[in-house]
Amino acid sequence: MARISIRFLTLLVAAFMTLTSAASAQTVPAEGEPRAETGGAQTLEDILRRQENQKIDDSFRSEAIGNPAAAAPSTGQLGTLGGVSDAEFWRAYRYNELDELGNVKASAKGPSGDTSVTKVVIQDTGMTWLQFRRGPLKDYGGYLLLGTMAILVIFFLFRGRIRIDGEKSGKTITRFKAIERFAHWTLAGSFLLLAITALVQLFGRFFIIPLIGHEAFAPVAIGGKWIHNNVSWAFMLGLVMVTVMWVKHNIPNKLDLKWFAVGGGLFSKGVHPPAKKFNAGQKIIFWGVIFLGVSISVSGLSLLFPFELPMFAATFAHMNDLGLPKLFGMDALPTDLAPHTEMQLSQAWHAIVAFLFMALIIGHIYIGSIGMEGAFDAMGSGQVDEQWAKEHHGLWYEEVTGKPAYKDAHPAE
Amino acid sequence: MKAMFIAFVGIFVIAIAADQILHRAGFAIDEVTSAPSVRLD
Ligand code: HEM
Repeated sequence: MARISIRFLTLLVAAFMTLTSAASAQTVPAEGEPRAETGGAQTLEDILRRQENQKIDDSFRSEAIGNPAAAAPSTGQLGTLGGVSDAEFWRAYRYNELDELGNVKASAKGPSGDTSVTKVVIQDTGMTWLQFRRGPLKDYGGYLLLGTMAILVIFFLFRGRIRIDGEKSGKTITRFKAIERFAHWTLAGSFLLLAITALVQLFGRFFIIPLIGHEAFAPVAIGGKWIHNNVSWAFMLGLVMVTVMWVKHNIPNKLDLKWFAVGGGLFSKGVHPPAKKFNAGQKIIFWGVIFLGVSISVSGLSLLFPFELPMFAATFAHMNDLGLPKLFGMDALPTDLAPHTEMQLSQAWHAIVAFLFMALIIGHIYIGSIGMEGAFDAMGSGQVDEQWAKEHHGLWYEEVTGKPAYKDAHPAE
Repeated sequence: MKAMFIAFVGIFVIAIAADQILHRAGFAIDEVTSAPSVRLD
């Protein structure tokens, strides 16, 4: 009995000594510091800040990487195989402190001994991206689309359908050739398919799975992905065709200012600012489609060929060189991005551009269909009534027919 | 309206062609991001 209790006591003393030596190796917060109470581990406040996505001082884990120097010798009675536990090892790995551990060798450091590989194995940016995608992206994106539709409903309630003010002539002229209509509908049809499948992918988890269940949603998601990935090429083709055919009609000029001055006549009956083939409002749509279309195509290609076309590190480097971040009082943007971070940024950018694009197009579809009498024919049959042409594109009408569009003095002069 | 319907058909023709071409060129996602040792197919 006595022998057992003596052994027990020695054990206790030894355990106490190892504990104190281990503790002295770590930085223990001084009295009064919040972390003193948790023995240096994270506090409730740290956890709350993390949940709020705020920055925390993570030294409690970045510095808790063990201390081989303070380990009991492996020859000793209580000697260990080292002074570093598994958890400590992985923390050192994550925070790029492996060298601190002395003789630890990690083949995963990467071929040239650089540590970028550790950023792939333990991805700090993954969680931020996930939270962005299912949080602000989904919420603000959804509000933007609903808000745009609400504005159009209000506009429709007040203004109604924009009618042809004069008598229809019954005679038509060609507004868009077949090839132009083909290009437009290649662009528009593919855009709609891309938009719908994209919204299904982003909102499906929240709105469709609760309705139809996981089993029924799976084929919808797989089919949607097939459509989204493969229909993108038709979109790019349409974009190129439309750009080539219409860019010369969309160069801004002085007429656009007149158009803006009267709000395009959108808000008042009988007001028809002079316009050539495209008015200023349409030029906004056109250039919006070009810029957003190119941006969405490029980021989409980067997603379609994963890790092959990283572009954010290079873009950020250019922005830093131009001093853009400084202009907004920000630090230089990171130019050393892990492959996954590149993909996450591509996704985020692709989706942000997509929401802006969809909002723009909702407005365009409205005015090209129910919003304005006679507009759809321009893209449907390609033929518009002469009276419509005189009212909405008088200068273009004069160019094409050689007949005057305006009774009084020429409004363009 | 003919141009519109031709465009809609064209979108699908292009999509199927793109799918086939990428598959044959070895760009399918299972070929790019995986290897026989980790796939059971
Ligand atoms: C069901 C959907 C759509 C309808 C009903 C529609 C209708 C129209 C119409 C009627 C025009 C000719 C306007 C005129 O005669 O001056 C037009 C032009 C145009 N459309 Fe669309 N469109 C649709 C979708 C799209 C999409 C998705 C895009 C681009 C992604 C697009 C891009 C354009 C551009 C760039 C023009 C020339 C500029 C303009 O007129 O605003 N359209 N569209």
